[in-house]
Amino acid sequence: MSKTMTEIRWHGRGGQGAKTACLLLADAAFASGKHVQGFPEYGPERMGAPITAYNRISDVPCTIHSNIYNPNYVVVVDESLLHAVDVTAGLDPEGAIVINSPREPEELRPLLRGYTGKVCTIDARKISEQYLGRYFPNTPMLAAIVKVSGVLEPDRFIADMEASFHHKFATKPQVIEGNMNCLIESMKEVRGV
Amino acid sequence: MSIRERLSGNEAIATAMRQIDPDVFAAFPITPSTEIPQYFAQYVADGKVGTEYVTVESEHSSMSTCIGAAAAGARAVTATSSAGLAFMYEVLYVAASSRLPITLACVNRTLTGPININNDHSDSMGARDAGWLQIYAENNQEAYDNYLQAMRISEHPSVRLPIMICQDGFITSHAVENILLEEDAAVKKFVGEYHPEHALVGRDRPLAVGPYDSCPYCMEHKVMQAEAMKNAKKVILDVAADFERTFGRKYGFFEEYRMEDAEVALVLIGSTAGTAKACIEKLRAQGVKAGLVKVRVFRPFPMEEIAQALKNVKAVAVMDKSEGYSGCGGPLFAETRSACYDLPDPPKMIDVVYGLAGRDCAVEDIEKVYRHLLKIVETGETGPRYIHFGQRSNQEEVL
Amino acid sequence: MSFQKAENINEQSPWQEMTPGGEIYEGGTSRLTKTGEWRSNRPVWDPQKCRQCLLCAPFCPDSSIPVKAGKRTDFDYDHCKGCGICWKVCPFAAITMEQEVHQ
Repeated sequence: MSKTMTEIRWHGRGGQGAKTACLLLADAAFASGKHVQGFPEYGPERMGAPITAYNRISDVPCTIHSNIYNPNYVVVVDESLLHAVDVTAGLDPEGAIVINSPREPEELRPLLRGYTGKVCTIDARKISEQYLGRYFPNTPMLAAIVKVSGVLEPDRFIADMEASFHHKFATKPQVIEGNMNCLIESMKEVRGV
Repeated sequence: MSIRERLSGNEAIATAMRQIDPDVFAAFPITPSTEIPQYFAQYVADGKVGTEYVTVESEHSSMSTCIGAAAAGARAVTATSSAGLAFMYEVLYVAASSRLPITLACVNRTLTGPININNDHSDSMGARDAGWLQIYAENNQEAYDNYLQAMRISEHPSVRLPIMICQDGFITSHAVENILLEEDAAVKKFVGEYHPEHALVGRDRPLAVGPYDSCPYCMEHKVMQAEAMKNAKKVILDVAADFERTFGRKYGFFEEYRMEDAEVALVLIGSTAGTAKACIEKLRAQGVKAGLVKVRVFRPFPMEEIAQALKNVKAVAVMDKSEGYSGCGGPLFAETRSACYDLPDPPKMIDVVYGLAGRDCAVEDIEKVYRHLLKIVETGETGPRYIHFGQRSNQEEVL
Repeated sequence: MSFQKAENINEQSPWQEMTPGGEIYEGGTSRLTKTGEWRSNRPVWDPQKCRQCLLCAPFCPDSSIPVKAGKRTDFDYDHCKGCGICWKVCPFAAITMEQEVHQ
């Protein structure tokens, strides 16, 4: 794998928006001039079932069309998956895992099957409920992985996302501000960086 | 000027369809191709196309609608996958034998048994003898570019055959990647308008399409159809050359990747080619002379050209992403091995059936295949010729 | 070859001189096939008994009862297959079926 490429694996549950967050990250990276891939685990969509999604972000075109087995970063959108899924499988110890949890990173490490790399947590539920009034963890998780991975320049990311939200939510502009606050707050609050 | 974008393979096809603005779209959903009619329905609702969007009750009906529309003189398109294509089986032959240039976006997915919705090539490979042109894509860019070329090939008076533009279900259909789109006007100009010589509607001269064809005539018509398939080879290259002049991206029957001095090579179709290219770069850095032939055009099959591409290779693994259940290899192997029969010194050749029903294939997997080929070259022993790869096993497998 | 006429295509035509998909570019080509040859029973029309009710003509599956100026004329024996439907529907026994003797 080329050093210019960052590989990210998302773990979530069907319906939580992990795939959407993965595609949003691809969008944001694309907007900043990168070559991107964003793709879900291939299969039927079943609410609540564990799902996986993947990003490749690179300065040069990437031709590989397989799942990602040795990611630089892992994002866990639902903490309960730590028991069910080997989320750190193949994860680069030089990289990091970002988990949606109100707990401190070191509290979760024992659940990570010996992973020695960096562990980060973000309370996406709290942030989402505070700014959106409902539990949509994907926006805070997106900001957290951008912050932790450094794959995108933060100010550019925020600006690109605002433009993207204006497009995506053209018919309901009232939610744009809440989503932007989610991003900004999440980048501030992510722990363990 | 090309437009830098990021789209999934399905969006890429739907975008090409919007730009072309066909006369009729016969729509029936089936994953993973469902998004194509879904995006297109939005274009219809938004008034971005003038297409007659016909929602039907089955794929048999969607292809039948295309047949009726094409016979009437319209440019007709549809999209499907897997069981949907299988359900069209009867009418696929009607479309081809009636010489109707219909464009079908096939998002490849396995055929059921046991139930599975993931990618392999068993759907379109099952229809390989139906008389349709078949062009396959490695990624969303190629799916888009192939679609832009499809109608000029299919509608050419010396061809007049329907065409399948295939891409790997989920792997490219649902993956968002960078893509270069072309301007709407440039696409319209390149594709051109469809003015068939004969049509049921809008002409003074009467026409009968699809008549009963008794024994003294029918074989002659099938020979004409076979001849049209041969004619398609020149048209495919002509259209590709014009595409390159117009948009700058080069296409042929297949892509040769690092084949100039290759000693071991893969022959395969679709998205795995990209993974194989990454593997080749890795192996080349270690001094391994590895190459790849990525088949783009499977129907008509470029037999002489493939043989030429492989004539100096020592060992070849054909990678079939579908089972032929022939007991001796998949369809791509049968064609490729046959192509090499007339070579004075043909390469040693094995078939690796892989990736069935969505089984993933990573760079490391491809490397195992190349390593196996190197062993064949070293020992001079081909060993088993028909190998399955990627399955769990309680015994030692060849790969 | 693009507007090849049906009369120029027959069982000796090479494939290069036929039409793609068996397309037919004109109407009324069934006239070219003398299906009367298939007939083993021959309908015979008696104009004396016929009241010109014209029931027979639309029943004929082979359009072999020509109607001119509102009146039927004699059978088109080039195309009548001798099915006997006209004989069956005629209310006036103006049609009889006889054994065909091909010359």
